[in-house]
Amino acid sequence: MSVLVIAEHNNKSLKSSTLNTVRAALEIDTEVHILVCGFNNDEVVKQTSVIEGIIKVIQINDHSIEHQLAEHLSQVLVQISKNYTHILAPSTTFGKNFMPRAAAILDVSQISDISAVVSADTFVRPIYAGNAIATVQSSDLIKFITVRPTSFEAVESSGGNAMIEKITFNLEEIKTKFVNREEAQSERPELGNARIVISGGRGLESADNFKLLNEIADKLNAAVGASRAAVDAGYIGNECQVGQTGKMVAPELYIAVGISGAIQHLAGMKESKIIVAINKDEDAPIFAIADYGLKADLFVALPEFSKELDLLNNIAK
Amino acid sequence: MKLLVAVKRVIDYNVQIRVKSDQTGVDMDNVKMSMNPPDENAVEEAIKLKDSGVATEVVVVSIGHEKCQDTIRSAMAMGADRGILIKTEDLIEPLAVAKILKAIVEKEQPDMVLLGKQAIDDDSNQTGQMLSALLNWPQGCFISKLGVNDKTITITREIDEGLEHLEIQLPAVVTCDLRLNEPRFASLPNIMKAKKKPLDVIAIENLEIDISPRVKFLKVEEAPVRKGGTMVADVKELIQKLKYEAKVI
Repeated sequence: MSVLVIAEHNNKSLKSSTLNTVRAALEIDTEVHILVCGFNNDEVVKQTSVIEGIIKVIQINDHSIEHQLAEHLSQVLVQISKNYTHILAPSTTFGKNFMPRAAAILDVSQISDISAVVSADTFVRPIYAGNAIATVQSSDLIKFITVRPTSFEAVESSGGNAMIEKITFNLEEIKTKFVNREEAQSERPELGNARIVISGGRGLESADNFKLLNEIADKLNAAVGASRAAVDAGYIGNECQVGQTGKMVAPELYIAVGISGAIQHLAGMKESKIIVAINKDEDAPIFAIADYGLKADLFVALPEFSKELDLLNNIAK
Repeated sequence: MKLLVAVKRVIDYNVQIRVKSDQTGVDMDNVKMSMNPPDENAVEEAIKLKDSGVATEVVVVSIGHEKCQDTIRSAMAMGADRGILIKTEDLIEPLAVAKILKAIVEKEQPDMVLLGKQAIDDDSNQTGQMLSALLNWPQGCFISKLGVNDKTITITREIDEGLEHLEIQLPAVVTCDLRLNEPRFASLPNIMKAKKKPLDVIAIENLEIDISPRVKFLKVEEAPVRKGGTMVADVKELIQKLKYEAKVI
């Protein structure tokens, strides 16, 4: 029995979601391989080969799959999956895109977004925006699984020594053409695995006011997130959305500012270790799950928070 | 151009769900049901294409209980022309849903199928991708923008890193994000008109499709409830708590 993990990367570096997915794979079986599909991806293969616990890295280096479109990746998976009992990918927009496509071609049901491994055929997954937890058992011969990264601790990104196998495929032409990508550039930590996240909601009132959050994020080395309302209003990009239809985060500290706390937002952050809520409405549902609540006008509280952090840092020095 | 839109009837997004005490599932009795929110965006986008003269017909399909007729009617009240209900009492997995929709596509021959990107009940996010695989059509998932040309569509996909732009040949399957558009409210005259629009009800047995489940629900439990903690008086106290009590900053 062996498990194949599909690496998430951008041809230059490996995404941390892969390390969480490897942890889930190792809970299923010790024989774990990783597939790196892409173009000019030697650096990613190198990074992947030293991940803790990996036996083999399979590299496909092909110009036609540079952008890892679902129609291509599914062709690769359909051919390669016969050697495996389980195929795992992170439950990110990357994995969500091609995994069901490959599963359907193989006439296999996918198990989405697992949060725990019970046994080789039984898994736990949140449903209804995380308000219910289902334990499900799959009867398919090959199990296609997407993994919720925040539910599995990342394995060490070094210390391993996997063998590398290069393979080639004849891929059928596809009817989708890549045009371009607009990737948000940020010096801050990645939202999905930052130690601290500070998120803003509709209460921020404008895109410009997000600079109040950015200032604090920089002092705490935090990622900046947002509620769907803030993204819909155009205050901040979609890549920052936390929630049922956005990203799942589980940092050590989550600070929700001007966010009322709709079920759909809570779905994306309620696994955080410590939750802070700053809101002027004392009836906001976010307070019901916050470890520390502060009823305050954020336009007063945020500058003060920033100043207090400076004081704290000065004392530390 | 003919468009097919798939819609699902789910527990309304505002309802706090309750898990049944015997752990067999979620309580659906006397609970407000609605169209799955991103499916509404799919319906809206199709109707917009009809309003602008790009599409000639919008057909809405749903799979499930008799009551799913309500969901189809609300799509027709928004402006869809015709409805199809594949009637079943069983819980249908995304793979089986995709197989059923494939059969409908083969019969109806649409140029594009629109679906919501995920259903807010089981949060699977699979059906659109699976349908396009079974049809061997290209897919455009999690779209927040759609442009329709003669033989292609241009889409903007919402991805974790930002946005991705693709050009896709028709026929194609797209799955819609909530940011694609603002679904319209149906007016009372349109709700009345929708009652007279054609709605075919087909028993699932007549399709002769294997819908046997591959994934068994062993149990469904209530998620652990997170308890709120303390309210702090001011920012100073908050900082002190975070530093010396929680030790996270």
